[in-house]
Amino acid sequence: MLERLRAGDDAAFEELVNRYDHSMRRLALTIVRTPAVADDVVQETWLAVIRGLGSFEGRSSLSTWIFRILMNRARTRAAREARNVPFSAIDQDDGPAVDADAFGPDGRWRSAPARLETDPESSVLNIELRRQLIDAVDQLAPAQRAVITLRDLLGFDSSDVCSLLEISEGNQRVLLHRARARVRTALAPIVGVNG
Amino acid sequence: MRFWRRHSRDQDPLACREFVELVTDYLEGTLAEDERVRFEAHLAECDGCAGYLQDMRRMVDALHGVRGPEPDPVTRQALTRAFHELRGSG
Repeated sequence: MLERLRAGDDAAFEELVNRYDHSMRRLALTIVRTPAVADDVVQETWLAVIRGLGSFEGRSSLSTWIFRILMNRARTRAAREARNVPFSAIDQDDGPAVDADAFGPDGRWRSAPARLETDPESSVLNIELRRQLIDAVDQLAPAQRAVITLRDLLGFDSSDVCSLLEISEGNQRVLLHRARARVRTALAPIVGVNG
Repeated sequence: MRFWRRHSRDQDPLACREFVELVTDYLEGTLAEDERVRFEAHLAECDGCAGYLQDMRRMVDALHGVRGPEPDPVTRQALTRAFHELRGSG
């Protein structure tokens, strides 16, 4: 991909935009205030990527490099908007992964938890649930949304996520844990299958 | 103290309520060895928790496959034009 981009291959660049543009916007929105500013940040990032391709040394992956530029631009904008609050300060969610009512006094399930529906053949989540995943992610608090977007939607490893978001490994794990649990809970009522 | 702690843990099997809080650490491979043993012992005997863990794995797998909506064509064309002008001309 990098070689094609450096050779000025338009199709390769379009592929890159299709792959990352939406995630970049979602991530920018965890830092800046409005969708319009997020759009600006994403556009500035793409232009910086285009200009920087020639000097990009490939010490990190292309995607990590792109998202590092994005985060830096977003932080710069947020600082200008006086909204540069660290993630850990924003995340107020310290609730349990599963609602406490699901467990009896002995800490065991009152009844087996509802299962997510899967395609009978492939055992992947059914199409209806897969469609709801993005909405569920978009409902999360900013810090959780940022972590789950980078880890689970984009497939970054935890050390890249920690450095992009400037958080500790422990903090990243807690945010990922809560984010996944919240998404899981958001999907559950739609299925409504008990046992 | 150490002996007491280990003894107390043996007497104290993992509850489902604790299990669900350890799922991410387990999937990340960051549980301490004794906790992992306790986690897997519970997993082997509890259908509810086995189902919860399996669903969590499936959900994470599904998240990996999700692609957001593509950018609107106007934005994409403008970016591609910028790329073409800046890179194409060397």
